[in-house]
Amino acid sequence: MASTITGAQALVKILEAEGVKQVFGYPGGAVLPIYDALLDSEIEHVLVRHEQGSVHMANGYARTSGQVGVCMATSGPGATNLVTGIATAYMDSVPVVIITGQVATSMVGTDAFQEVDITGITIPITKHNYLVKETKDIPRIMKEAFHIARSGRPGPVLVDIPKDVASDICIAEPSDKVELRGYKPNYKGHPQQIERALKMINQSQKPVIYVGGGVINSRATEQLLEFAEKAQIPVTTTLMGLGSFPENHKLSLRMLGLHGTPFANYAVTQADLLIGLGVRFDDRVTGAIEKFAPQAKIIHIDIDPAEIGKNVGVDVPIVGDLRLVLIDLISKLEPQEHSEWLEQIRRWKAEHPLQYGQGGKLRPQYVMEKLGELTNHNALVTSDVGQHQMWAAQYYAFERPRGFLTSGGLGTMGYGFPAAIGAQMADRDALVVAVTGDGSFQMAMQEMGTAVEQDLPIKIMLFNNNCLALVRQLQHFYCDKRYTAVNFTGNPDFAKFAECYNAVGLKIETPEQVEPVLKEALNNGKLTIIEVKISEEELVLPMVPNARGLDEMVEFPYGEE
Amino acid sequence: MKHTLSVLVENRPGVLTRIAGLFARRGFNINSLAVGETEDPEVSRMTIVVDGEDERIIEQVTKQLNKLVDVIKLNDITQDEFVDRELIMIKVCCDSSNRAEIIQIVDIFRARIVDMGRNTVIIEATGDGGKVSAIETSLKPFGIKELVRTGKVALVRGAKNRHNE
Ligand SMILES: Cc1ncc(C[n+]2csc(CCOP(=O)(O)OP(=O)(O)O)c2C)c(N)n1
Repeated sequence: MASTITGAQALVKILEAEGVKQVFGYPGGAVLPIYDALLDSEIEHVLVRHEQGSVHMANGYARTSGQVGVCMATSGPGATNLVTGIATAYMDSVPVVIITGQVATSMVGTDAFQEVDITGITIPITKHNYLVKETKDIPRIMKEAFHIARSGRPGPVLVDIPKDVASDICIAEPSDKVELRGYKPNYKGHPQQIERALKMINQSQKPVIYVGGGVINSRATEQLLEFAEKAQIPVTTTLMGLGSFPENHKLSLRMLGLHGTPFANYAVTQADLLIGLGVRFDDRVTGAIEKFAPQAKIIHIDIDPAEIGKNVGVDVPIVGDLRLVLIDLISKLEPQEHSEWLEQIRRWKAEHPLQYGQGGKLRPQYVMEKLGELTNHNALVTSDVGQHQMWAAQYYAFERPRGFLTSGGLGTMGYGFPAAIGAQMADRDALVVAVTGDGSFQMAMQEMGTAVEQDLPIKIMLFNNNCLALVRQLQHFYCDKRYTAVNFTGNPDFAKFAECYNAVGLKIETPEQVEPVLKEALNNGKLTIIEVKISEEELVLPMVPNARGLDEMVEFPYGEE
Repeated sequence: MKHTLSVLVENRPGVLTRIAGLFARRGFNINSLAVGETEDPEVSRMTIVVDGEDERIIEQVTKQLNKLVDVIKLNDITQDEFVDRELIMIKVCCDSSNRAEIIQIVDIFRARIVDMGRNTVIIEATGDGGKVSAIETSLKPFGIKELVRTGKVALVRGAKNRHNE
């Protein structure tokens, strides 16, 4: 290979070799050489409106496609604007490679203009990061970055490249092999532990499978279905696991935890065996940890050994790739029945369904239910953070993996819309719906410009209560209804806001409008905001109060209903 | 119980920050940490002493450390046969009236006097944690002006080495 390419050109070559189609980014001085090199490549650059948007888009792209998402920003403020998005990707184990420009090496450490120690800042929120000191290291480091981001438990990797390092001549040949002696994920489950797990499963009368995002990351959803059906074990999912198991399936308990279904929470509380697949026993799932699954033995299967035994003691730990472990388990498992247990669950489902107020009011839960119906539970739904997020999780009824993108671990408002942009870029044919609230949307609505430029027919379903209503709900329960700092009196007319971007703006104000307006929006092939006007007084129920066990949830009806 | 972790890491800038940051962030306590290059200049060895009554905390510490890409190998050598040493330097007040007594203590501990000023001496000693603390206690009555300890370094005894341990 001729050795007259620059570091930036070498970097672009690696991006091409890694199959990158799009880079989401925002330029600036320190990253100029990389932008210049990118101009000569087939790789498309998507110009965003705020760097935070770029990393959320890369996140949405990655979660939709299963490939590594890539974003790029300049030094200093460009890099710091990425921080929330990087932490979001880290908490949800999303493979993203983040490239930042840095001031020239001679200036590093001098508080130069737009210098910030972004590798220092992001140590706790990246799987790994690099400050590239020499141009010849660019090919190796970029290869490593992609490898680390996508393998094992996926996560974000940041590569910080000083301007001179990018523009100098690169003498290194790109190598195909990645050699990292300190990084060797374990994929194959230990056979002895698998035997022990099988024994436990055989002995169990009341087993529950508890599934998280790891099942989607390891592409194990088919195996999960086969395993659950063969063993006749009911399945509950976390927020991140939604869609990994079809929610209309007879064995589905739907979501568990803080705002989970009563039947999922009862089942987990009464279970004698809990099989955790790609989960981390997060506090939103467990409620008071000492009251979580008190009678259950626990089998925990995860690719990340550090998750096992972190929050709860585990009886059978299995470190490995879920897909491989499930294949092993399925092959050795005898078909089972558990008819008594399933009958009990059927009764719970009948006696404690998800419910919401009827009456003449426009109910957000009804709107989400309708959206599920009209899209065959198969749209690609993203959400922001708030009550609307929980209604999406509770009422859409997800039928397919990668069908729900939400910020589960960090709970980042402003995630949903940019994630929808990334998702639609990854799958141009998908029907993408961004479920959001007036609070969350206003943290990311500048990306309308990006969506217009890219000609993306995303449906933004905006539940407008002129309120940060999930926080209001917390004040309702925990602050004696002393509401503060939750009302917006200066909201724009969101339908008009859409129109000033040449997008479509629609409104839903009555229950009768739900179906026709949704149909219109879903079929118009255009970027559309559907503003759904709802009351700020809605509550997300059921809800497990602080420090309570899952079976101590507050169910419907509550208070003023 | 104190645990001694022997950790081989990439000898790169920033590695110490990653490790120290991890301890701080996750609320683990470092008792001491010593680090230096090994026979392979690309690899450093850290000896980290961790306070951990709860075995689960130690398990988390080791698992989280192992997740760092720059950590090549980690061994909890607490239960192994190992040799450990610390180095201490103590500056003590010293005049003609107590010099003989101080020198006697230095002899008993097989320590050394490495500097002598008008009113002070600097004493250097190496040994395991117990010995180093003992010499400190013995010299305290004379008036310790300054003191520095390295933290523990340790190696497992016998044929085990970093390639086969
Ligand atoms: C960036 C960020 N800031 C603050 C919060 C805390 N928070 C959680 S939900 C919420 C309100 C969300 O309001 P909105 O998007 O309108 O949704 P709603 O609850 O009204 O459906 C807030 C402020 C957060 N999750 N993320």
